[in-house]
Amino acid sequence: MIDGTTLFGLCAAALIGFGLFGLIVHPQPLRKILAFNLLGGGVFLLFGVIARRGAGAGLSSDPVPQALVITGLVVAFAATALAVALLLRLAQATGRITLDAAASDAAPTQTQDADS
Amino acid sequence: MTLALAVDFGLALLVLAVAGWTIAVRDTFAAVIGFVAYGLLLALIWVRLAAPDVALTEAAIGSGLTGLLLLGAAARLRAIETPATAPGTALRWVAGGLCVLVAAGLAALVLWLPDPAPTLAPMAVAHLPATGLGNPVTGVLVAYRAIDTLLEAVVLLPALIGVWSLASDRCWGGAPILRYPRQDGALTLLAQVLPPFGIILGIYLCWNGADEPGGAFQGGAVLAAMWALILLAGLADAPPVSRRWLRVLLVAGSAVFLAVGLAGIWIAEAFLAYPAGYAKPLILIIEVVLTLSVAVALGLLIAGPPAEDPT
Repeated sequence: MIDGTTLFGLCAAALIGFGLFGLIVHPQPLRKILAFNLLGGGVFLLFGVIARRGAGAGLSSDPVPQALVITGLVVAFAATALAVALLLRLAQATGRITLDAAASDAAPTQTQDADS
Repeated sequence: MTLALAVDFGLALLVLAVAGWTIAVRDTFAAVIGFVAYGLLLALIWVRLAAPDVALTEAAIGSGLTGLLLLGAAARLRAIETPATAPGTALRWVAGGLCVLVAAGLAALVLWLPDPAPTLAPMAVAHLPATGLGNPVTGVLVAYRAIDTLLEAVVLLPALIGVWSLASDRCWGGAPILRYPRQDGALTLLAQVLPPFGIILGIYLCWNGADEPGGAFQGGAVLAAMWALILLAGLADAPPVSRRWLRVLLVAGSAVFLAVGLAGIWIAEAFLAYPAGYAKPLILIIEVVLTLSVAVALGLLIAGPPAEDPT
């Protein structure tokens, strides 16, 4: 019989699959950032399953993977903030949001930034 | 099937459904809302995995702050969002197949994990009394693996410099603007009522992190969220980023951590080692200053690049 920890491990594997799929097929950059964070949630959850399996010495979960995940969450947030700032700047500078090189080359930079 | 397993099963199905919806839904704004719900459900799973420290961090940073950041971006980009060319059916199937393969590989890994599982828990417990801490996760963060935590605190600064450097030239040194463009009574009320409680909760999480779930990053995240709420409602303005006190606050956490670490080379035996008997007070000092720095850094990361002429 499957236990709860293994169940969450399988759940984490599926979440990573979902996130990866979104990252590949979504053309909008913001959706890619979102899918990447969703993928990250799945990866962190795998750490949690490893930690729970490492229960021992009176602790119900190994503290080392837990600490790694806490560090990872903060770093993921910092990276997301930078990615969002880059995207907003791209939108401000070109008036459009696309990763399509051909589209951005063809489009005139209609809203040149006031300062540049 | 026991009741606990039934709850776990339901939770796993729910988080999978929300994740699938977040990826599949057409509207970006709706997807971000889905992501916030996904983060909160993940926090529940962390509780079920006996990791309340991670659950707090996931709820505060993974769901709350990241959700706020993405909501703001989605709202600003909504006006210029163009129906982008989605990849063709063939590519979608190839991508889907690849993702199923990756997920299946990871699932196989989960099913065939070594038994008994390798663990560092006995070592973490054995040396905990020397640190004077009661929470083993805090022990790992600020004592055993202090170098990770130091670098984690430091990494917020280059990220913030990266965000600031995206300001247009005339705004450099000015204040970021996070204010919600429309006056909203409910938002203003929330920003008046919630922060006193939030600030107490943030301080409690930091203070209590030594022995109970919590710590500098969870406390800092809650404080940052309260600050962001006040900025959003327009009850206060963000300070210009060129202010000296702001810069000092930002680097104080990493600087104190680094100073204690360097002093450890002479007083204790190694970099980031604490002298015997003084571990607890030194850790407390680091945690308090770190909480402040983390709160300011996270808040400014949400506020974005300077958008106002410096005055």
